[in-house]
Amino acid sequence: MRESRLWFWHILSAIVILVLLGLHMGTKHLSELLHMIGIGSGDPVQSAQVFHRSQQAVYMITYILLLGTGLFHGLYGLRSIFFELSLSKTLEKLIGGVLAVAGIALFVYGSYVAVLLFQTSGV
Amino acid sequence: MQQRLKNRLGLLGWLGGGRYGLDRYAYALHRLTGLGILAYFIMHIFVTGKRLGGPEQWESTMAVFGSLFFKVGEFLVVLAFAFHAINGIRLILVELGWLIGKPGAPSFPYSYSTLRHKPLFIVFMVFAAVLMIISGADFYLILK
Repeated sequence: MRESRLWFWHILSAIVILVLLGLHMGTKHLSELLHMIGIGSGDPVQSAQVFHRSQQAVYMITYILLLGTGLFHGLYGLRSIFFELSLSKTLEKLIGGVLAVAGIALFVYGSYVAVLLFQTSGV
Repeated sequence: MQQRLKNRLGLLGWLGGGRYGLDRYAYALHRLTGLGILAYFIMHIFVTGKRLGGPEQWESTMAVFGSLFFKVGEFLVVLAFAFHAINGIRLILVELGWLIGKPGAPSFPYSYSTLRHKPLFIVFMVFAAVLMIISGADFYLILK
């Protein structure tokens, strides 16, 4: 039951990632093409743009949402790969625990950065 | 407790298509691209964390990632994402039992879900290829 619930969340997170990461990839990694057709400035990693985006609530919220869903989806996927190697129950629990702790730590760090930058003004 | 079967082939079991053909290779590639995207994602969290050091630190970090080596790496991540995302949509549809036809009595000539699913698989892969070509065009403009 627990595994089916996790699998359900894995699929649900994939749909959220598809939308958010699709937008992220489109705007940040197709920037030259978009610039050619008159959308955007052409360099999304320019510091003025980066810090301007960081101070927008929508950006912060979607960043944290993508961070959480991305970490869950990716680390659960990695856990599934490990679990297919017919490991012992103890090792499976250890891997599950390590990945959960790593996921939470990365989420806390990423969210901390996003919230702190959102609160900072005039950078 | 549920009994699990041993994974006799280990890593080779993931990479060999065997009689499962295309679907199996898509499965192996889905995992490979997933692992690549995850590695990049974790690195990306720390790189975006550099914003805390202010614009100067951000710009010096971006100067490192502006090299050709990282640009090529980033392009590969975009290609991996294009495949992983499109194949992922296909997997969700199959998981939910959509677009694979209804189950029927096994009568000759035999039909099975992966065979019925093949046109859908091809359509999705063509779509992934189109996305890859578009990102390739963007990469070309970056290099130019």
